Amino acid sequence: MLSQNKIKELKIFAIKIRMETIKALGNLGFGHIGGSMSIVDTLAVLYGGAMNIDPENPKWEKRDWLVCSKGHAGPAIYSALALKGYFPIEKLMTLNKPGTHFPSHCDRNLTIGIDMTTGSLGQGASTALGIALAQRLNGTQNSTYLILGDGESQEGQVWEAVMSAAQQKTDNLIAFLDYNKKQLDGPIKDINDLADAKAKFESFRWFAQEVDGHDVKAIYEAIEKAKEIKERPSAIVLDTIKGKGCSFAEGVLKNHSMQISKEMMNEALSNLQNELEEIQA
Amino acid sequence: MIRVSVEHGIEKKAMRDVYCETMIELASKDKRIVHLDADLLSCIAMIPFQKKFPERTFDLGIQEANMIGVAAGMSAAGLIPFAHSFATFATRRCYDQIFMSCAYAKLNVRIIGSDPGITAAFNGGTHMPFEDMGILRDIPKITIIEPVDTVMLRDIIIQTAGMYGVFYIRMLRRNAVKIYDEGSAFHIGKGVTLQEGKDVTIISTGIMVKEALDAAEKLSQEGISAKVINMFTLKPIDSELIIKSAEETGAIVTAENHNIINGLGSAVSEVLSENMPVPLERVGVRDEFGQVGPVDYLKEAYALTSDEIVRKAKKVLKRKK
Repeated sequence: MLSQNKIKELKIFAIKIRMETIKALGNLGFGHIGGSMSIVDTLAVLYGGAMNIDPENPKWEKRDWLVCSKGHAGPAIYSALALKGYFPIEKLMTLNKPGTHFPSHCDRNLTIGIDMTTGSLGQGASTALGIALAQRLNGTQNSTYLILGDGESQEGQVWEAVMSAAQQKTDNLIAFLDYNKKQLDGPIKDINDLADAKAKFESFRWFAQEVDGHDVKAIYEAIEKAKEIKERPSAIVLDTIKGKGCSFAEGVLKNHSMQISKEMMNEALSNLQNELEEIQA
Repeated sequence: MIRVSVEHGIEKKAMRDVYCETMIELASKDKRIVHLDADLLSCIAMIPFQKKFPERTFDLGIQEANMIGVAAGMSAAGLIPFAHSFATFATRRCYDQIFMSCAYAKLNVRIIGSDPGITAAFNGGTHMPFEDMGILRDIPKITIIEPVDTVMLRDIIIQTAGMYGVFYIRMLRRNAVKIYDEGSAFHIGKGVTLQEGKDVTIISTGIMVKEALDAAEKLSQEGISAKVINMFTLKPIDSELIIKSAEETGAIVTAENHNIINGLGSAVSEVLSENMPVPLERVGVRDEFGQVGPVDYLKEAYALTSDEIVRKAKKVLKRKK
């Protein structure tokens, strides 16, 4: 069980991730705001306590790994990593600048703390399975966390990996599905409906749960439960809102990638600052 | 040290059996070695490996894209994966996975593509890769190797297990023609000169190496001296040897069991046109699909024969003059 203090700490961490991500994207003037915001609370839980990591030793062989298959959420992960001390926070301002270590999509060769290169959707599902299988074979007792997008789950490769993960009984693989109900062109249900994702995972022999993807306590508890499951991989379907917590993005239909003015950025940051102060009070 | 065999008969052991033996040997010494397959373990004769190392054999079923991704992930976590399917499916069906999850991510994966070109024979056109090396050649830093016999195959498997990068190994499953004697060791990226000659150079790979040697013999009977090269590494191509041979003989013929577009003929042509433009003729599949049939029939159907190499050699010699 999480203490009230820990819950508060995770909520604060989430707000800070949102703020740093909005600053980085706002500084650039555009970017993948929607899908970065929807996964923030899960990142706060993972980097804030659920994952076994050491920012001082990013390649520690017993660490838990994270594959963010929806690679366009990179900016949110970079913020979480910076706040955890993997690299100085000022570096986030180099996002997508020439020669940067912080590209739009996750790159294991560029960014300290990024475990896998992603960007071509669906592929992270297989690479995460490969990592989980290697961890088992190496006997290092660690877990692999996978973040999938809902639009991404239209890719057949996701379900190839899901099917074979069940066959391989990779219980050290825990997948999150960021079900924010929107993809680039619009609502998922209007384009190619993923429908009942939990039922889909279950029919593929996974242990599946559904939680409020913006409730850090619920996410943490779902991970704890998933870790207890043996001989089956686990899926946690996150009920999320695309653009969550960012005033100019949340509630906007097409918010996958947006142009961001200084005014938009400042307003969003000011709202989050108020939220932060309320929690801290 | 490379020793070219005096006799070029059919080998006693099948390529796939030597692949399996070599993998068992490697895996016995190194716990990081794993084999992945997409429901063709039996076809590549890896059942003995599976029996000996069940925990290091991953038959993922018929999902090549997932297999390549899993291999990439395994290598990120320190394993040394070899992933096999028929060359068509090991390349066409998972091009983006090879590109992004393996090569772009700078990971460490060996892909074995079996049944190259017309050797797919009775599986027919759907299974007959004339494009596998061609589509992969565009991927930055990938190494593409076509071992010609079991001596080379064994050496290449052992060498690549100890190297880092993305490797595509195009491999005959059944018995090859013996080209090299036991104990030969090869330099990846360096072609092998099988015989010297002064009038024309035949640059060959895979099953066309034997055809090239036969063609050289036929040409010699007509007083034409042909140099024969086994260019077993398509990428990185041995530019130095190509340029040197162009300088020495002034005419080149390439021979490959692959589409001449983006295969060996293209690669050699690129080197020649930028460095030492001499007349070139290409023997290979001329932008056609595969079809079903016995190998001997297919050889004739696609003109993958020593006679065709002779014809092209004479043609290129006329252009030289």
